[in-house]
Amino acid sequence: MSQHNLKPITRNEIAQKIALHIDEGSYVNLGIGMPTLVANYLPEDKDIFLHSENGILGMGPAPEKGLEDWDLINAGKQPVTLEPGGAFFHQADSFAMMRGGHLDICVLGAFQVSQSGDLASWHTGEADAIPAVGGAMDLAVGAKKTFVMMEHQTKDGMSKLVEKCTYPLTGVGCVAMVFTDLGIFEITPHGFLVKELFNGMSIETVQAVTHAQLIEGN
Amino acid sequence: MINKILDRMEEAFSGLKDGATIMVGGFGGSGIPHDLIDCLVNQDAKDLVIITNNAGSGETGIAALLKARRVRKIICSYPRMADSHHFETLYRSKQIELELVPQGNLAERIRAQGAGLGGFFTQTAYGTLLAQGKETRLINGKHYVFETPLAADFALIRALRADRYGNLVYRKAARNFGPVMATAAKTTIAQVSEIVEIGEIDPETVVTPGIFVKHVALVKGPV
Repeated sequence: MSQHNLKPITRNEIAQKIALHIDEGSYVNLGIGMPTLVANYLPEDKDIFLHSENGILGMGPAPEKGLEDWDLINAGKQPVTLEPGGAFFHQADSFAMMRGGHLDICVLGAFQVSQSGDLASWHTGEADAIPAVGGAMDLAVGAKKTFVMMEHQTKDGMSKLVEKCTYPLTGVGCVAMVFTDLGIFEITPHGFLVKELFNGMSIETVQAVTHAQLIEGN
Repeated sequence: MINKILDRMEEAFSGLKDGATIMVGGFGGSGIPHDLIDCLVNQDAKDLVIITNNAGSGETGIAALLKARRVRKIICSYPRMADSHHFETLYRSKQIELELVPQGNLAERIRAQGAGLGGFFTQTAYGTLLAQGKETRLINGKHYVFETPLAADFALIRALRADRYGNLVYRKAARNFGPVMATAAKTTIAQVSEIVEIGEIDPETVVTPGIFVKHVALVKGPV
């Protein structure tokens, strides 16, 4: 109805917003897909350590063409590089980092986030879908803070911020902050607290396309 | 003199029976023991249970094993990959059983077996479909799910370098599941690209000590 009032930002701009929330010294895991864009906006003058679930700390950007090493890939199976001071380790150690609360932040994509912080990101629940979960459930509950990066609405205009998830859950009450193309929302005991709305949009404009109560921030 | 280096790769599979459980290392395309899998395809054993992270793609590796209809069940975290069509066909026609396991649970269940533990409680998957029917417990105010160990008859892994005692060093992120799988199988076979003399691997850098490795198969060429 009020879609034409929306002034969304781009995926790259969402990535930039998230990068501003990552402090120097943080150990960070960026999930497959949209969250990998965040790496492009981390400040080069700060030491921030990227973790990859297959066993890398200090993961660097993609190599130049022709210099790919297929023993050095990221969780999305794309070739990457290792920064000086990086390390390799096996799966049980890698997931001890993820599940043992050692990562400061993980950034995950999502189908839906509920107002109590439930995350749905791994399965649409369709009968013929082939389920695949990878490390999403481990990351969601294991990192000190789980950030979600996603569009505010589906392509069909359905709100991805919801009162209760309708897709199968990845984790219960695990999300701390949601970054969408319309704004930044913190999960509080009372629901979605608005931290920022982009391009001067009013809370009424964003509430109209959100199927959960938004709480006005300061 | 102990020498774990195989003359013929087939010798390592002499105890293989129908219905055996086999762990296979690798993540995506890295760390896959391709030649060991090819050797397994050439054995007659069927109704195998495969424990691995992905369900293969294209026509080689795990995909070749699936194509040869040797696998009854696969236990993995992420069966869907680009061109994983052999798995998809078998799954959709219900000719293969899938036990989907969060990747951290997969690694830790294997580790638990290798360490002689009867299982563990984890927060992963609590309240989700993948924890349905499992025992849960409230520990220090948090919900945990009980997970059991995963054991295997064989583990097929890939490393960079070995000596004749079976000490292993890996290469970059190809290490992935190798070190934990090596601990959890009755027979661990490592495919390596280089063999060195005893003492040439700095003991400070050994990742998998030879106690966990029964056979070493040298396959020259890029890892």
